[in-house]
Amino acid sequence: MLFVDILWKLLEIVLVAAVALPTTAALLVWAERRVSAFMQDRLGPNRVGPAGLLQPIADLLKFIFKEDVVPGHVNKAIYILAPALSLVPALLAFAVVPYARDMAILDVNVGILYVFSVSSIAVYGITLGGWASNSKYSLLGGVRASAQMISYELALGLSVVPVLLVTGETHLGRIVEWQAANGWLVLYLFPAWIIFLVSSYAETNRLPFDCPEAETELVAGYHTEYSSMKFALFFLAEYIHMITASALTVTLFFGGWHVPFFTLPEGGWGTTLSCLAFCAKTGFFLFLFIWVRWTLPRFRYDQLMNLGWKILLPASLGIIMLTAGGVALLAD
Amino acid sequence: MDHLLIVAARDNAPVDYLPVFILLLLAVVLSVSQLAISWLLGKRVETNEAKDEPYECGIEADGHAHTRFSVKFYLVAVLFILFDIEVVFLYPWAVHFGGGVPDGVVFETRGELLGFLFAEMAVFLTILFLGWYWVVKKKALDWEEA
Repeated sequence: MLFVDILWKLLEIVLVAAVALPTTAALLVWAERRVSAFMQDRLGPNRVGPAGLLQPIADLLKFIFKEDVVPGHVNKAIYILAPALSLVPALLAFAVVPYARDMAILDVNVGILYVFSVSSIAVYGITLGGWASNSKYSLLGGVRASAQMISYELALGLSVVPVLLVTGETHLGRIVEWQAANGWLVLYLFPAWIIFLVSSYAETNRLPFDCPEAETELVAGYHTEYSSMKFALFFLAEYIHMITASALTVTLFFGGWHVPFFTLPEGGWGTTLSCLAFCAKTGFFLFLFIWVRWTLPRFRYDQLMNLGWKILLPASLGIIMLTAGGVALLAD
Repeated sequence: MDHLLIVAARDNAPVDYLPVFILLLLAVVLSVSQLAISWLLGKRVETNEAKDEPYECGIEADGHAHTRFSVKFYLVAVLFILFDIEVVFLYPWAVHFGGGVPDGVVFETRGELLGFLFAEMAVFLTILFLGWYWVVKKKALDWEEA
């Protein structure tokens, strides 16, 4: 690798992980509050900056200057480590996503495996945070979160298998190229996409599956005892997970950076346009997260587990066999 | 089994994974620096007894937090490990099925290969499904009565 290439790579990493992802997460917090407000016929934050756009910055400053309470009853080391442990995998998981044509931080063959392996580390941050807090609500939230996340990881992992069956690739960039040539995978694998979407909502602990932090039952779940920036890190991690989940949905089922009925020009302009297309699609799925939140009520915990284990798991196994049969028949 | 490993190894050198270590470093620095900033700049107030108590909606904390919780959580964890291994097993099979591996390694035609792979996985998934059915009938996944 040339020295210049290394510099570009470093710049790319910093831009994506330290600028783009946190900024998008901040915008998402703002968007969530505004959209929620509109859906409930109120205004939402509209005082700080134009249309309230600077609200996340005001929130951040407040988080920084608030007292950093470490209550006396916690396991100090793990309590402090947990927020960082939840943010680091969130930032890492995005690395393999091809956010523009031929562009990704980490360009490796095992892209899908990488995403699953890294994002499943995130459960440690939440579980340890709940465990180390030594509070009933936190512990219950943490235990619930770990059980929920590992249960839906099965359905999530299985719902991606049809994508591999059709494309024969685990490299996310090549999966997108396959879709650019043959049409978006959601057209072939609609049921698999539904399972993927439902599981990704459960994996990110978002409504209708936010049992780990169900306010009416558990106060704030695993982060009940957290304050100031430690709480903010948990919050940031959740939003970055949402971004990664949306980006993966787009990459696996909605053609990634591909624009239908339009040939992207070669060179820099084409790459820019492809990045914009990717951002627009991801933005839609982020909006869907908020939309669903204010449409569906929260599942009860037993309903959540039943859905994951008794419906989504066998359904995705069935879809895998159907897809495999289809691929085998079409190949002959 | 060698040809299954070809997929994972195809045109990727260890150096390709270097960016992820740089990213890891950056992520750690970001997290630690944010925690440090709030620790340095945050307000300091004398702590008191009430502040040190675990939050229980304003009522005095009752007993220790680490009470017993449902055994179902352990059961879910054990079942997860079982089924997650199946998921991992499905991945190389699926890549092979989708044509990620060159033909003609074991079978003459692609049709024969796919037929064999399909039958193999059908047998495997049937056994897996029977296991899942047994778990459901044993009410291992029923939370209502836990």
